[in-house]
Amino acid sequence: MAKQIVKALDGAAAVAEAMRQIDPDVVAAYPITPQTAIVQTFSQFVADGLVGTEFIPVESEHAAMSACVGAAAAGGRVMTATAANGLALMWEVVYIAASMRLPIVMSVVNRALSAPLNIHCDHSDSMGARDSGWIQIFSENPQEAYDNTIQAIRIAEHPDVLLPVMSMQDGFITGHGVERVEVLEDQAVKDFIGEYTPKYSLLDIDNPKTFGAWAFYDYYFEFKRQQTEALSKVPKVVEEVGQEYGKLTGRYYGLFDPFEMDDAEIAIVVLSSAAGTARTVVRKLRKEGVKIGLLKPRLYRPFPGKEIVELLKDVKVVGVMDRSIAFGSIEGCGPLYLDICASFFTYGNGKAPKVVDYIFGLGGRDILPEQIEGMVRELIHIAETGEVKQVVGYLGLR
Amino acid sequence: MSLTKKTGRRGSTHSIRAYIRTETFPTAFCPGCGHGILMGALLRAIDELELDFEKMLFVSGIGCSGWISSPYFAADTLHTPHGRPIAYATGAKLANPSLKVVVIGGDGDLASIGGNHLIHAARRNIEMTVICANNMIYGMTGGQVTPTTPTGAFTMTTPQGNPDRPFDLCKLVAGAGATYVARYSVYHIRPLIRALKKALTHPGFAFVEVLSSCPTQYGRRNRLGGPSQMLLYWKEKCLPLEKARRMSPEELEGKILIGEFVAPD
Ligand code: SF4
Repeated sequence: MAKQIVKALDGAAAVAEAMRQIDPDVVAAYPITPQTAIVQTFSQFVADGLVGTEFIPVESEHAAMSACVGAAAAGGRVMTATAANGLALMWEVVYIAASMRLPIVMSVVNRALSAPLNIHCDHSDSMGARDSGWIQIFSENPQEAYDNTIQAIRIAEHPDVLLPVMSMQDGFITGHGVERVEVLEDQAVKDFIGEYTPKYSLLDIDNPKTFGAWAFYDYYFEFKRQQTEALSKVPKVVEEVGQEYGKLTGRYYGLFDPFEMDDAEIAIVVLSSAAGTARTVVRKLRKEGVKIGLLKPRLYRPFPGKEIVELLKDVKVVGVMDRSIAFGSIEGCGPLYLDICASFFTYGNGKAPKVVDYIFGLGGRDILPEQIEGMVRELIHIAETGEVKQVVGYLGLR
Repeated sequence: MSLTKKTGRRGSTHSIRAYIRTETFPTAFCPGCGHGILMGALLRAIDELELDFEKMLFVSGIGCSGWISSPYFAADTLHTPHGRPIAYATGAKLANPSLKVVVIGGDGDLASIGGNHLIHAARRNIEMTVICANNMIYGMTGGQVTPTTPTGAFTMTTPQGNPDRPFDLCKLVAGAGATYVARYSVYHIRPLIRALKKALTHPGFAFVEVLSSCPTQYGRRNRLGGPSQMLLYWKEKCLPLEKARRMSPEELEGKILIGEFVAPD
């Protein structure tokens, strides 16, 4: 295992530290709110000469992602960071980055979308981009944010993949929360990510290329099919990279992080920092004899439905916790719930546990262990009676 | 706004209280922020003009400037995403031409992410008053470089000094076709109020750039001293247009011109 240094970092600083070690060719970002300290810390590294990166503080997030697409098409290793409305403003180009198969890595610190104005955590920003063709990975704490940023480079640039990666962490809770983070030495990171040799690039003057040209009803469809094909290769690559990273650091990563799932009859499924709170509740209830487990998905896009069904198929009740609403979906549920239901319909062989959804934490509303315990009491009732009174519930709603 | 509630001489501190939701005070501004002075200047201009506050709409964006009208003004206020107040205001004005529409934004809001809206609204000469509170930095979000940060100035994202050149917003907007363009600082309070009054009654696109002090993010980093020193900084740095006409380019070096750049004859 490689030597590691323990540092006290918040999630934003942890990502900036990973970016310093990755030393990308180009970082283009709009440096203000809803941006986080990631870009400001990184711009200090640039000013201090600690990285060789060309850093452009552009005039909007739309320009940021556009500059990233240009730089990546020109063959650079490219990174950026954003959040909330910043990601929303990037929208047009977010799709273009994925469709052009450019392995850009973007750190997204999840924050609520307006209106009303809000800068606190929920997942509405990245959930809106879930169909954009990007790989989406969610992190629970600053350590995972650091680790996932480094692994994202390898995943994005893998020759079977060549897709951009969004690496998420929770706004404020993780982004501004200082925790203990084990940091690799610079050389170890450089060795792990390796040199980037683009498969196709502009500026290859002997082999001129065209990016983003017209493709109507004649070819457009095939491009889209290829994107789906590339996404289908992602879970295997994520697991391989996670194993290799585990050998290096002792922290192994897979598609998700199950906890006490072996004999669980009740399961909580939740992304990111709330998984930490849920784990505390599971530990407590286990002591009281409740057969409960926790499943924290790490890879959200592409959604590892088959594997999740495998893990959840023997439980009686699944309580999904969603930190955003997929407005207009059945019963006003959240996106994670939809994915889990669809997975059971597709891979469950006609069998499925009861699955209910709980919306929580919108706009940064705290989620408390007692609220999760209350939710579990309802899940126990469903397990005992088989009766679902309400498909979608709310935790902490006034 | 029912004017019967109002007491005191027009334009007085007492008189402008009637326009404020005092229950929302204190403001979010740092002590010594120039935006408070601008807020007072704008309300004084409105009060002196005896405008009907109920027929006014204040549109603001993101940043410290976004707070000048929202939520403090007891009028219709629309708080929009970053950079977009002029676009929202355009829609409001078209839908309800009888509204007196005032946009208040910062340099980061109006000149950076929303720069395109600024020049196109000026080009169309749509009737609205756009006030740019230019503190030459993104104040609220930690002091990052903006398109109006002077070359060489220190910001969070230019710790070695800004390598880029700033926009001259008045020239930009005048070039885009605005029919009233003026610039003053929060130090030049009487001429500023006069300019705001002209802008508010101008039958076209009126733009007032207000150099505003940000002691917290800009002043501190650039060693300009506290709030009062920053006001004196504007006094020293700014030069009236009329005076400048009689001066050589060498003498004008490093000065900021104030006055009316475009005004109806
Ligand atoms: S940061 Fe600057 S502009 Fe913002 S309120 Fe404070 S002094 Fe004013």
